[in-house]
Amino acid sequence: MSTDTGTECAERQIMYREALNEALREEMLRDETVFLLGGGIGKRGGSYKVTVDLLDEFGPKRVIDAPISEASFTGAGVGAAITGMRPVVEILFVDFTSLIIDQIVNQAAKYRFMSGGRGRVPMVLRTQGGSGNGLAAQHSQSLEAWYYHVPGLKLVMPSTPYDAKGLLKSAVRDDDPVIFIEHKLLYMENGPVPEAEYTIELGRGDIKRSGRDVTIVAWSGMVSRALAAAESLACDGIQAELIDPRTLVPLDKELILESVRKTEHLVIVQESVRRGGVASDIASVVQAEAFDYLDAPIEIVAGRNTPIPFNVNLERASVPQEPDIVEAVKKAVYAK
Amino acid sequence: MYSREFLEQLYRTIYTIRNFETQCIKLYRQGLIIGYFHPYLGEEAIATGVCTALRKDDYIVSTHRGHGHCIARGGQLKKMAAEVLGRETGYCRGRGGSMHIADPETGNIGANGVVGGGIPIGVGAGLGISVRGGNQVVAIFFSDGASNNGVFAESLNLAAIWDLPVIFVLENNQYAVSSPIEEMSRIPDLHKRAEGYGVEASMIDGNDVLAVFEETQKAVRTCCDGKGPVLIEAKTYRHGGHHVNDPGLYMPKDKLEYYKSHDPVTIAREHLMSRSDCNEQDIAEIENGANQAMSEAVEFAKNSPQPSVDSFLEEVKQN
Repeated sequence: MSTDTGTECAERQIMYREALNEALREEMLRDETVFLLGGGIGKRGGSYKVTVDLLDEFGPKRVIDAPISEASFTGAGVGAAITGMRPVVEILFVDFTSLIIDQIVNQAAKYRFMSGGRGRVPMVLRTQGGSGNGLAAQHSQSLEAWYYHVPGLKLVMPSTPYDAKGLLKSAVRDDDPVIFIEHKLLYMENGPVPEAEYTIELGRGDIKRSGRDVTIVAWSGMVSRALAAAESLACDGIQAELIDPRTLVPLDKELILESVRKTEHLVIVQESVRRGGVASDIASVVQAEAFDYLDAPIEIVAGRNTPIPFNVNLERASVPQEPDIVEAVKKAVYAK
Repeated sequence: MYSREFLEQLYRTIYTIRNFETQCIKLYRQGLIIGYFHPYLGEEAIATGVCTALRKDDYIVSTHRGHGHCIARGGQLKKMAAEVLGRETGYCRGRGGSMHIADPETGNIGANGVVGGGIPIGVGAGLGISVRGGNQVVAIFFSDGASNNGVFAESLNLAAIWDLPVIFVLENNQYAVSSPIEEMSRIPDLHKRAEGYGVEASMIDGNDVLAVFEETQKAVRTCCDGKGPVLIEAKTYRHGGHHVNDPGLYMPKDKLEYYKSHDPVTIAREHLMSRSDCNEQDIAEIENGANQAMSEAVEFAKNSPQPSVDSFLEEVKQN
């Protein structure tokens, strides 16, 4: 890697996938109960190269290539976690987590509760979702609402390399099952990540941009789009505050409410389909707890209620784009 | 050659399971137990034989028909009875019930409300042992019903390719709820499936506790030699329907009568009497002791407090 010798304090820039790789590596070095399990994560280094070189460093006992038996190798992660290990299980696409629903929803999510608190499942399920690559209906979904819905799971959706690293390290150290959903368009994105070790507490959102006129809540792949929309709105004199909750469960409700109390307007952006989504739930929380502060109805910008189409134009039309966010913000801010 | 003490212990365990189920069915009929209750009646020799052959730090994975596994593994009757009555003093503080009893202290990873759901979890316990380089084994109890769930095939393969110290204990009671295995599988001798995955397998009389014990001992050795996994198909039969409220009218009378006459408790008693100097009076003493322990467990459960709704609501606030 080249170093910027010109600027003394220049922060190192690495890719989202490299940040994830560093998090896994550091946690595996720190704690020998951490091991990786998934399809093509060893020799191949993962489809998105997140686990590259880890097999060489940690060997086949800790970087385990599994056959295409998602339900069972995820269940194996659950069993290993119950018996004292900290597995990080990878499912290639969030779409394929349909195959592991029993192990996540009925087993991992419930074990601690059902055992009266005596059992724990310190497992991370890493997967990736989102559209934008022409991968069509079975490889492009945003399914976070499924896991948001189930008590007993934590749900993390990082939008930057910095967040990805700090949150994955915390997820590995957490004693409960964590669903960690990456975004396929972000893997090659660069961002500042310090060399020194850090973690980010689960349940702590981040203000990605400060503003006084309107609050935009967005996560995962929608953060960069919302940021672009916010910059464009600034040219029209609207200062948007962009909040990335980073973890949907636990949700940093207070950060959102605090911002809404200041801006009095709220727009929530989600890539996932509109119906039954997390955005609706955040809206319900805000209207219940900050109703008196709202100057306009809460706007939700969300994916259309459709499977993701293959054709690039149709795909773009299915999920929120920058102009959709700009329009929704103006609608909220200019509402009579 | 088995010592009298060993044979007595086998009989005590098997009788304790029989008695636990019988007494709980009475409590169920009295309305003290609600929900689903799946008795292990008729299958007691399998849990007893398997768990007796395991070491203290080994693991088991249980099923919805799991009381026998828990008892055979050394579970406490008081905490079990309290749990099936939904009390705060139960294994799961009344939050799990009959289908979800787990006991980390005895390596009991837990029962499971999903048929087949525990199989991959057991494989994972085996994988953990393998990653740590440990010498423990995992016994996964599951049924003929679960053998037709996809995770059985997947898990058998995973355990095989990773050489895991896992004993698949297939309790073939010949019914998946109400569906007879002859109609659900062209080959009702289910251990034959193991060969296709390169897994050593055998079939035994699941009602004969010594046969189960001996086969499991061999399996433990095989696993500890790094030659696991192993599958044991233990043929057995339920003494009644799928759960307490299922009269099991679909079970042919002659077959049921045959299995009731080939009863695991009776067989264990015969082993004890024919292989040691234990007499009728000694047997009665063992049974009285077990009955006494169960009466105390039931009294304990009945006198235990219900879980506090207030503290439950306080706990869930943090979710």
